[in-house]
Amino acid sequence: MASPLKCDLCSKPATVHLTQIVNNKVHKVDLCEACAQAKGVTDPSGFSLADLLLKASLSPEAAVAEGLRCEHCGFTQGDFKKHGRFGCPHCYETFKGMIEPMLDNMHKGTTHTGKIPHKALDRQSITERLSKLEGSLDQAIKSERYEDAARYRDEIQQVKQTAVGQKLTS
Amino acid sequence: MTLAALLATPSELTDTASSKCAIVLMTRIRLARNLAGSSFPGWAKEKQREKIFEACRDAVASTPQMKRSVSATVDELSELEKQILVERHLISRELSGAKSGSGVIISKDQAFSVMINEEDHLRIQTLRAGFQLKKTWAAINDLDTALEEKLDYAFSPTLGYLTACPTNLGTGMRASAMMHLPALVISSQMEKVVRAVNQLGMVVRGLFGEGSDASGSIFQISNQTTLGESEEDIIKRLGSVLNSIIEHEVNARAKLMENDAAKLCDKIGRAYGILQNCHLLSSGEAMNLLSLLRLGIDLEMFPDESRCVIDRLFIEAQPGHIQHTTKHDLESNERDTLRAEKLRAEFTNFAKPKFTLNGHN
Repeated sequence: MASPLKCDLCSKPATVHLTQIVNNKVHKVDLCEACAQAKGVTDPSGFSLADLLLKASLSPEAAVAEGLRCEHCGFTQGDFKKHGRFGCPHCYETFKGMIEPMLDNMHKGTTHTGKIPHKALDRQSITERLSKLEGSLDQAIKSERYEDAARYRDEIQQVKQTAVGQKLTS
Repeated sequence: MTLAALLATPSELTDTASSKCAIVLMTRIRLARNLAGSSFPGWAKEKQREKIFEACRDAVASTPQMKRSVSATVDELSELEKQILVERHLISRELSGAKSGSGVIISKDQAFSVMINEEDHLRIQTLRAGFQLKKTWAAINDLDTALEEKLDYAFSPTLGYLTACPTNLGTGMRASAMMHLPALVISSQMEKVVRAVNQLGMVVRGLFGEGSDASGSIFQISNQTTLGESEEDIIKRLGSVLNSIIEHEVNARAKLMENDAAKLCDKIGRAYGILQNCHLLSSGEAMNLLSLLRLGIDLEMFPDESRCVIDRLFIEAQPGHIQHTTKHDLESNERDTLRAEKLRAEFTNFAKPKFTLNGHN
């Protein structure tokens, strides 16, 4: 080869060349020593080339094809299957349908009954929360998800009551 | 305070006064917290992670608990420093391998540490020597509440604190106790205990968490689930599981002394002899010998005050701590020489075992 291969991640000269076949597709990657170390290529059991390639060259189109995509952080359902971790707090809203059935097996219950960060929550504007909930309520009614709609309605009631409660006590 | 000064100070866990508990070495609680509207560390870009790190570090450093604390990014820490912090349970192995934009803040007394951009934006942790679930929870709850005044936590009324991994949802809390269970190990009952504990929704791990072995017969027992139960309920449930493990260990000890006193005394006596005379000692063997001596202390073969010596050595015999005592890089066998030297010195004037107590000979 005339010119040495460059590292796919940082464009230093590549010294580690790896080929993996996943689902009959050949993936090739060229890395420099440092990136190979950092990505755990040297540890064959804990390394997936597919992950690395995905992270290095994630195009939005490719992600959409894998199903749902978080509007806040661009995380997809496929990403979750690979990492077992979510992209951002909003993902819990985006991937609700996928998460809810998981929780039953994972935890003792499916509803939080512990500490509530009252101070942090009070700071987040109540009107902001209301408008968001009302939007979700409209959506739910339109798509005839009445169980969701009822839940949003209750949540709106709750938020309104807390707001009144706060005014009375302050 | 500098990191060097912190490393030169013995760990919170070696506190003499609280080293009284025979079976529970330490209590630890950690809370996973994230900032609303920011990508989790594993998904955030480096620039974002750096911004999150700064925001979190400033907020954490301004709490009263972290007055005179030490903070460092993973890039600022040497491999050895990271290893020592892992050995003291102040950072996780994950953090020591984390990408830049991650770091830790540790309180002066090493009782609190907050990891930033590990798996979650914040991993708040409190450590205490002995069996202190309620006190530990009260301490970490205060720190968390102080932080909440400065940071907007990602929180859902139904799912609780939102975490990168759904297994931490809800309270985001993992409460654990490090237990010394030599009699259950000697009498091959640990497997049974692990199974029973799992059925009660608790997890048993080795000394350094997931995937580590249980050298020195030390195990970590913690809650598995975080959603659907309040913090107080989890702690109560864990507390009762721990109490029943303590009971089993105490019974196993009594039984060994009743049926197999010679064998047990032999093990403890030999451990004492090796610690006084060894010239090469791996950390695994050191842990096991120290464990036997600690059992001897609990059985009143050695004075009660020496328990804190053992607890200190459990940490100081770890590879990172041995390396830290000298300037030049040690090979593994040189480390074993140095470890043997250190322990020989510690045990030269250690009280001789009294095997005649409790009517046994």
